[in-house]
Amino acid sequence: MASNHSAEPALHAGISQEEHHDHPNLEEMRTFGFWIYLMTDVLIFGTFFAAYIVLRGNTNGGPGPAELFELNGIIVSTFLLLASSYTCGLAVLAMNKGKKQALMVWLALTAILGAAFIGLEITEFTHLVQEGATMGTSAFLSAFYTLVGTHGLHVCIGLIWMVAVILQLASKGITPVMKRKVQTISLFWHFLDVVWIFVFTVVYLMGVS
Amino acid sequence: MKVTKAIKRMAIVLAPVMLFLAAGCTDNMAVLDPKGPIAAQQRDLMLISTILCCIVVVPVLLLTAFIVWRYRDKEGRKAAYTPRWEHSFKLEAIWWGIPIIIITILAVITVRSTYALEPSKPLESAQKPLTVQVTSLNWKWLFQYPEQGIATVNELKIPKDVPIRFEITADSPMNSFWIPQLGGQMYAMSGMAMTLYLQADEAGEYWGSGANFTGTHFSSMYFDVESTTQADFEQWVKEVQDKSPALTSEGYKQLVLPSTEQKMTFSSFPKGLFEKTVTQYASASGHHHNMPLMEQEQEQENSTEQKQASHSGHSAEGHQ
Amino acid sequence: MWEKVKSFASEFFVTGDPLIYGADVSIGLTLIAVVVGMTYFKKWNWLWREWLTTVDHKKIGIMYILSAFLMLFRGGVDALLMRTQLVMPEMSFLAPDHYNQIFTTHGVIMILFMAMPFMFGLFNVMVPLQIGARDVAFPFLNSLSFWLFFAGAMLFNLSFVIGGSPDAGWLAYPPYSELMYNPGVGQDFYIWGIQISGIGSLMTGINFIVTILKMRAPGMKLMRMPMFPWSVLSSCIAIIFSFPILTATLALLFLDRYAGAHFFTLDGGGNPMMYINLIWMWGHPEVYIIVLPAFGIFSEIVSTFSKKKLFGYKSMVYAMMIISVLSFLVWAHHFFTMGSGADVNAFFALTTMLIAIPTGVKVFNWLFTMFRGKITFETPMLWTIGFIPCFVTGGLTGVLLSVAPADFQFHNSYFLIAHFHHVIIGGVVFGYFAGLYYWWPKLFGFKLNERIGKWAFWFWNIGFYLCFMPQYVLGLMGMTRRVVSYSWDKGWWEMNLVSTIGAALMGIAFLFQVWQIAHGVKHSAANRDTTGDPWNGRTLEWSIPSPAPYYNFAVLPQVSSQDEWWEEKQRMEQGGAKAQSQLYTGELEPIHMPKNSAIPILMSACCFVAGFGFVFHWLWFVIAGISGLAICMLKHSFNHDTDYYIPVEEIRSSEASTGRWKN
Repeated sequence: MASNHSAEPALHAGISQEEHHDHPNLEEMRTFGFWIYLMTDVLIFGTFFAAYIVLRGNTNGGPGPAELFELNGIIVSTFLLLASSYTCGLAVLAMNKGKKQALMVWLALTAILGAAFIGLEITEFTHLVQEGATMGTSAFLSAFYTLVGTHGLHVCIGLIWMVAVILQLASKGITPVMKRKVQTISLFWHFLDVVWIFVFTVVYLMGVS
Repeated sequence: MKVTKAIKRMAIVLAPVMLFLAAGCTDNMAVLDPKGPIAAQQRDLMLISTILCCIVVVPVLLLTAFIVWRYRDKEGRKAAYTPRWEHSFKLEAIWWGIPIIIITILAVITVRSTYALEPSKPLESAQKPLTVQVTSLNWKWLFQYPEQGIATVNELKIPKDVPIRFEITADSPMNSFWIPQLGGQMYAMSGMAMTLYLQADEAGEYWGSGANFTGTHFSSMYFDVESTTQADFEQWVKEVQDKSPALTSEGYKQLVLPSTEQKMTFSSFPKGLFEKTVTQYASASGHHHNMPLMEQEQEQENSTEQKQASHSGHSAEGHQ
Repeated sequence: MWEKVKSFASEFFVTGDPLIYGADVSIGLTLIAVVVGMTYFKKWNWLWREWLTTVDHKKIGIMYILSAFLMLFRGGVDALLMRTQLVMPEMSFLAPDHYNQIFTTHGVIMILFMAMPFMFGLFNVMVPLQIGARDVAFPFLNSLSFWLFFAGAMLFNLSFVIGGSPDAGWLAYPPYSELMYNPGVGQDFYIWGIQISGIGSLMTGINFIVTILKMRAPGMKLMRMPMFPWSVLSSCIAIIFSFPILTATLALLFLDRYAGAHFFTLDGGGNPMMYINLIWMWGHPEVYIIVLPAFGIFSEIVSTFSKKKLFGYKSMVYAMMIISVLSFLVWAHHFFTMGSGADVNAFFALTTMLIAIPTGVKVFNWLFTMFRGKITFETPMLWTIGFIPCFVTGGLTGVLLSVAPADFQFHNSYFLIAHFHHVIIGGVVFGYFAGLYYWWPKLFGFKLNERIGKWAFWFWNIGFYLCFMPQYVLGLMGMTRRVVSYSWDKGWWEMNLVSTIGAALMGIAFLFQVWQIAHGVKHSAANRDTTGDPWNGRTLEWSIPSPAPYYNFAVLPQVSSQDEWWEEKQRMEQGGAKAQSQLYTGELEPIHMPKNSAIPILMSACCFVAGFGFVFHWLWFVIAGISGLAICMLKHSFNHDTDYYIPVEEIRSSEASTGRWKN
């Protein structure tokens, strides 16, 4: 379990008092709660994956995965997202060293890579719709758009959240609260990366093969 | 004191009700008055499992009454009071053990009967089964007799002592086909033809119903079931063939529209009507070459996860 | 222009039935009365400050319970309307479509908007007090959960007057719930009402898991925890594993209806059976989610009123955890008749039967807690004793239903209806009532009238058996659920008549309860609980004043055993005058508290607006709602000033008023 305890007592001004009182550590609880949330999100994705696996053969006479997907673009987006996960990790390292400027830069870079990923996804979806492969074409496409789209939606929410965190860092600096916030967004971001690996494998790789 | 009074009072209120219930129970209990081998076995199964459960339940009820009575708090009571007694390995082993034994016995019975009474399993009989194709429509039942070439609405005639092979589908929301005195129900689902074997052991009039909600006039989906001798059945078939109008494709389209209907008989029906009804919904799930997973599933029907997926494909193919 | 408005209004508002007009008028009058009353007594500010924006778990709990009672009223009226329609063959009291709406809303409201909030209410008011915590782990999230539930419930209930109610049954099986057969907006109200409140439920699940695992008082190891928090933990574990499935499934149904997707449609390659599987993967754990806390409540009560330690504590814990896990492996027993084959049916029949084992063990443990105890029969205990035979027999019919081939005959019949009402009323409702009566003095600081409570209990019980025992018989007679009427020749009249009489008795029982509460409020001064421990309780909540102060515990308790408060009382008794408390040893210190926030109620209002927009396909509503939601979240994120400290003087004076911490 990720812990928020840090070696620098100076940063714990607000919390140290509580710990004297035998209180549970608030920020640690929040991180723990976020882990549980992530698990519930796994189940939501799991349900969409299950629906996709059940329905992917039901193409209703329309185009199937092999005809629709172009792996090249997808591989580029995969690399973008993987790279963003890496920069997000660098951001947390910078934070642990107390380097606010570096932290903000790495986070901003993560957000830019994420935005590029979303851009590519939107391009892909528009392209598919122009080819006539829409949500209503077949059960396969309904499941495809829902699964991939839900991941995209998560990334979008993550982007807004990340911008909010960067702005707060600018004004508040690296406080215990901000540390926890950066920890959670980075958890979320890595989580989305893992989900994407599954999407990439189940939807795209297994689709074209 | 107060509690005893209250219990007595309740007993006085409940006794006549129980008598009334018991009186009502004797007739009309379709499920407990089987007229065919399937319903009879299902009734027996209910009785056996009830008795097995009662081995635990009745003592527990008596024990509850005894404990509540004996250990009530009152002046000068003689019963022991042990406020810290909270654990006894022996006792707890007993009441983990007893339910485990009972449930194990019941489990063996259940598994055996589940295989024995699998609805799609043909009945053992010297007679060749008669096929009846059942379609749930909003809000009526269409029965087609492919071997006789006739069809009926809301009326089912069958010869007694002959296994009936029902093939059940829906051109409506999901329904459930149920004739309580002949045996348990089976869902009627679009895009699928479910198999259910039933048989009537004696001539008589029964009824069936749609047991799963399908909309406004769902409550009108009762149909009459009559089992007759083979000779009477053949006589009836001949009459229908001679005197009733034919069911045309156009007529079927009319029939599909939401309405409630009286009984109807038809001397013939469009060829392959039932198969077409099934495949019009199943066709969309084609493209099996893309589904290695599901292909496997069709062979080994053990898996539960993607069961529903294989279903649609499976029965569709069966009727193409 | 006028014509346009008129035609819009006749589509928008539900019209045509005098019953509905009557309800409209009474709802309108009540609302006006509330607004006028609040304004006259100048209570708006108080309402906003003390209740609508509160993050105090006790107040949130009370709001949950109050909402649950309102919903119990509505669901109960639905039930009585149905029973009236069925009282005689060929009745035409309700039109079929209206009847279909009523059984749908009855089911949804009773499970999701009555049982769930009642349960969350009890979680909220008692879990922190029982584990010696000052609040839940995430007070802001807790408030948000409540308001999301409330927004969802209101959205669902709105369908009564606007647009039309859903009519596809409480689980809305497709294809009937798809546009093809169900083009009205009722089904969309269903989706969004449940979706919004379901997200709230999910967050409550997370909140209480963290609360229980991380916030127990010093010394309270898991195996020293009272049984109620244990039951909450097992229930919350089931929540976090099952509610995401509900969220995802409803989202898919929504996409089918809104965006033309083909998940569960008959055309386009959809698969309605997938919905039935998914919804029961949530639906079955859901019934265990609501019954497990009732088990916890009964355990607390049976021990308190037998004046004896709970028998077989560990067995109880293991049994609950086993039930929680097994509840995920039984879903297909709800559709043995789908023709999945003997293998599947046998598997699910077996797992279902297995649940009977831990459940049976719990019953034995309750019995042997009473064995060699000193039982008294206050109302909470009456409900507990009423529950045992009820649940045992209900469990018996449950085992019968699990025998797959026999289920072919029981399925969708009144036998099934009787069974699940038997266990849900006998288990869940009796349990929550028991809990409410038990903890009422702690919540409000006064006791309720026992005499009226006993009348309510007996009316509930007798009404219950009269209502549902005949329904077993009706099931065996072949009567199927959801039929709006039946013919004379079926012979179902007598049983239906008895059943309706029973339902009416339960209605009267509810009135007794309302009277009891009104009576209690009126005479609250005379029945004040000054001890804080009216039942001679055993757990920590009884060690503090009634009602609990807003910070709960002046100092955190030091726990060294199960039933710590009871042990403390024993120690004090033995120690005589010079006995020192071992439970409360620390000095008073400033207490860290969360600040109230208006953001949860605003966020929920935004969800309501967005949900309403989705129902009617009004895109600008959706955009407004979602933007509002985003703004609220950002506002909350940027606000780092969310807590404060209560000074020692304030704690001391508050405690002194209840005769504690005087030095």
